[in-house]
Amino acid sequence: MEIDQGKCVACANCVPVCPMGAIYIDPAANRATVNLDECVECFTCYRGMSKEHMNPALVRMVRRVAKWLRFRFDPEPDVCPTDALTPQELTWPRTIRRAFSDPLVPHESTGIHGRGTEEVKTNDVTNRVKEGEAGFTIEFGRPGVGVRFRDVQKMTTALAPLPVEFENKNPVSSLMTDRTTGALQPDILNEKVMSAILELKTHLEHVPAVLERVEAVAQQLDTIVSIGVSTRCDPAGDDQVSPILRREGYVFFRGKTNLGLGRRPEPAIA
Amino acid sequence: MTNTLHRFGAPETQRDDYIVFAMAAKGINEAGATEKLKIFLRLAIKHGPINVGHGMKGGMYRPSANLTPLAHWSRPDEADPESVVRGIDEPSAVAAVFNDPAKVEALLKELKAADLGLSINISGLADEANACCKRAGITRHSIEYSLGFHGDLNQLPDRHVLELSTMCGHGMLSHNFARKMIDMVRENRRTPQQAATTMARFCTCGIFNLARAIRVLEQARKGE
Repeated sequence: MEIDQGKCVACANCVPVCPMGAIYIDPAANRATVNLDECVECFTCYRGMSKEHMNPALVRMVRRVAKWLRFRFDPEPDVCPTDALTPQELTWPRTIRRAFSDPLVPHESTGIHGRGTEEVKTNDVTNRVKEGEAGFTIEFGRPGVGVRFRDVQKMTTALAPLPVEFENKNPVSSLMTDRTTGALQPDILNEKVMSAILELKTHLEHVPAVLERVEAVAQQLDTIVSIGVSTRCDPAGDDQVSPILRREGYVFFRGKTNLGLGRRPEPAIA
Repeated sequence: MTNTLHRFGAPETQRDDYIVFAMAAKGINEAGATEKLKIFLRLAIKHGPINVGHGMKGGMYRPSANLTPLAHWSRPDEADPESVVRGIDEPSAVAAVFNDPAKVEALLKELKAADLGLSINISGLADEANACCKRAGITRHSIEYSLGFHGDLNQLPDRHVLELSTMCGHGMLSHNFARKMIDMVRENRRTPQQAATTMARFCTCGIFNLARAIRVLEQARKGE
């Protein structure tokens, strides 16, 4: 994202809006500026702020007069008065930033918007995680911290030797050059994104080992790691993973419950 | 909608926060899903959701591409949930946010009867969601638990900011903006309703819970 220096009036409304803190007012130019190394191309500023399309020269003059009079104007905090935010043409590997940061852009690897995963949400249709198995969603960068792929790779390479199966239809898996080692494409390692979700599954007996490894590696990363653990319930609706998690000392209460109302379409009669 | 899983807050602060969402599985049961998603949302709207949204088209509360300067003095807070339904023209996740499990239960009964064939999930307190399912005559199929945040927790802000910002798990609501809204409420420059509505405009999926946000803002104002 860039800010049109001819339009910007340095109102600073966009500064707190940026989830990565990448926008600041450059004191020399007195214009908002984007730190492109920190910008993850999430488009929050461009899409989330309302726009007024006012004349920049007029707005600057009004602001100068108001400032001279020590007049405190209390504008709407989510408005760019001159429509100064300008998307830039992205090229590889920077395109990966937007794919992992803007929820309205589908991942090429999955065709799914958001972080590009379905995980347990459609398990009633896909049966991806079966009884006796545990699915993991290990998310990096959430909430509001961001992550570089070199940190994601530290986790993928640490988990690859364990008895786990990386999800095929997952954007992070699609960036692996070798799933047996968990190595990611080298040209993306320094790219920063809003968040990335690693999906894998294993058998229930391996859940403690996976959690132990995730916790240990998370302590070495310059980001936050959010962990989700899923399973298919038995016919009575009970799950076998929660006793394991309690035994491991986890306190958990929030979850995503799949109601089982989804179904595959009836096969066509020949 | 992993973005609904990791909302921050103790259990007692999440008792007014349930997201019911529907989606088709990519490449499996997408045929006809667009109309079914509309039916889902219309059923949800009957039960008075706090917010509704479509993963690609946005929520009830949206930014404006052509605001006039008059908005600084008078900006409408109303939102039209039906406009979200009308905008659905492709399969994606659609969601409705509720602050009352009784409403969720009533919706589940209707969804069971409607038999849409879409995957439907509830994000919220897992035990309460399961109880809603049982009362609606539904046996849950799968469950995903949030084990919370790990790693360098020093990078996280205070709990009020986090309770607000994690209501958009995609991260479209920045910590700094949530903090600014708290400050504006504490300085009596905005009401909690105005601040919550402003934040809701950044959530592209329409899953931001304004009722919970207003409660959090009130608590933050009083330093509770």
